[in-house]
Amino acid sequence: MAKLHISTTINGEPTEYLCAPDETMLDVLRNGLGLTGSKEGCGSGDCGACSITMDGRLVCACLVLAAEAEGSEIETIEGMADGEALHPLQQKFLEMAALQCGICTPGMLVAAKSLLEQNPNPTETEVRYWLAGNLCRCTGYDKIIRAVMDTAADMRGAA
Amino acid sequence: MTDTQYMAPQTLDEAVTAFAAGGEAARILAGGTDLLVQMGAGMVNPGVIVDVKKITELNSIEETADGGFVVGAAVAGAVLEEHPTFGKVWPGVLEGLNLIGSTQIQGRASLGGNLCNGSPAADGVPAMVAAGAVLTVQGPNGRRDIPVKDVPTGPGKTSLAPGEIAVCFTFPPRPAGSSDAYLRMIPRTEMDIAVVGVGVNLTMKDGVCTDASVGLGAVAPTVLLVEDAAKALIGSKLDAAALDAAAAACSAACNPIDDKRGTIAYRTKVAGVLLKRTAAIAAKRAAGV
Ligand SMILES: Cc1cc2nc3c(=O)[nH]c(=O)nc-3n(C[C@H](O)[C@H](O)[C@H](O)COP(=O)(O)OP(=O)(O)OC[C@H]3O[C@@H](n4cnc5c(N)ncnc54)[C@H](O)[C@@H]3O)c2cc1C
Ligand code: FES
Ligand code: FES
Repeated sequence: MAKLHISTTINGEPTEYLCAPDETMLDVLRNGLGLTGSKEGCGSGDCGACSITMDGRLVCACLVLAAEAEGSEIETIEGMADGEALHPLQQKFLEMAALQCGICTPGMLVAAKSLLEQNPNPTETEVRYWLAGNLCRCTGYDKIIRAVMDTAADMRGAA
Repeated sequence: MTDTQYMAPQTLDEAVTAFAAGGEAARILAGGTDLLVQMGAGMVNPGVIVDVKKITELNSIEETADGGFVVGAAVAGAVLEEHPTFGKVWPGVLEGLNLIGSTQIQGRASLGGNLCNGSPAADGVPAMVAAGAVLTVQGPNGRRDIPVKDVPTGPGKTSLAPGEIAVCFTFPPRPAGSSDAYLRMIPRTEMDIAVVGVGVNLTMKDGVCTDASVGLGAVAPTVLLVEDAAKALIGSKLDAAALDAAAAACSAACNPIDDKRGTIAYRTKVAGVLLKRTAAIAAKRAAGV
């Protein structure tokens, strides 16, 4: 199969890769580029473990073709911390034990960051609906929701 | 395994040419939230994937001078939601589209994909049918308009001819006192497939319903326009008798499947119940409360 040559930007870095025309963005991130933070829970858009943003929009990397990323800006969990300094959401998830096995966590963090960027003061209901496409089989969600609400409050206080 | 090709043309003419040249194995890619799932499951193995997201006409939203709207077939749910006026004029159409999947799915899922995928339970379709929306398609033989109600012809089937691409939806201008609503019944509150979906579009004048249209989803091989339900509402004050008659018309129109989500008897009954609830929401909105 003829490979396509794609030029894109991932976490602020200009990036080039070769991909098959029917390969997903998730496969290229994980297998081609070694960015294994995005997880594959289902491969069918149901679990959100593969959440990334593409041109600022939250999407499932398993439902995007790698070829579609030509000229776009991709953000993954690997771009969330600033060097060694964790993003406030990452810090809060640790402090509040908002994770157990951690498989859902990168997707939860990427999705929650995207929420707080567009709505710094969400209600609990808004957080629950925003994250409805991020499944967690371990925590029962409460700690995750509280961590996001707490981070939002902290970030508003700091701003 | 055939070799798949991917292309993302900038113009509709290029897309039409490539799509027609690709023949039966060619697939249009809008948001990919159906297509990539089907490819992943091995149900579809496209020869050519024609990505239409770089074509301006399929990705823009225009409010026309007469107060109508033209919405590109590939516009994502999250993008339509951010439009300053569309959701005020067509709240029911918007809520149908926005009910699809999660935030992540909303970043990609389009009305064109929802309609062309041909699911009888497509949440975006009943309110478009009730709205009297018209789909413009373009293919090797040129452009034509099809009322949305005439697009689905069976599960997974549409009246688009081979090589035709859905371009945009036209929503007519509305008289004062008009609004719409969409409700679906699902076993959970998020991320599920409709057991019944009802779209109601109303015009009210001095408390009397002067125009109505009802779209019904998930209870027959295609989404239905239920004219008898509309007739029962028009001329009434949406009183109990009129709503009962309209609900009965919706139940009578049902020809559903029996599955784990809902039995035939359940779906038929719920179709009537949902009609009443949806009409009440549309009427409230039409009255501006
Ligand atoms: C997790 C998840 C949850 C979902 N929940 C719901 C739900 O609650 N309700 C619901 O109705 N659906 C749901 N869906 C299905 C899907 O998201 C919707 O049908 C969506 O609207 C499809 O739009 P798309 O732009 O992603 O279509 P695509 O996947 O790009 O296309 C769908 C089909 O239509 C064809 N097509 C697309 N655009 C055109 C065009 N312009 N011209 C001609 N053919 C075209 C494609 O070739 C393909 O066959 C869900 C899907 C997932 C993965
Ligand atoms: S792996 Fe993409 S949503 Fe589950
Ligand atoms: S922590 Fe295990 S899936 Fe969420």
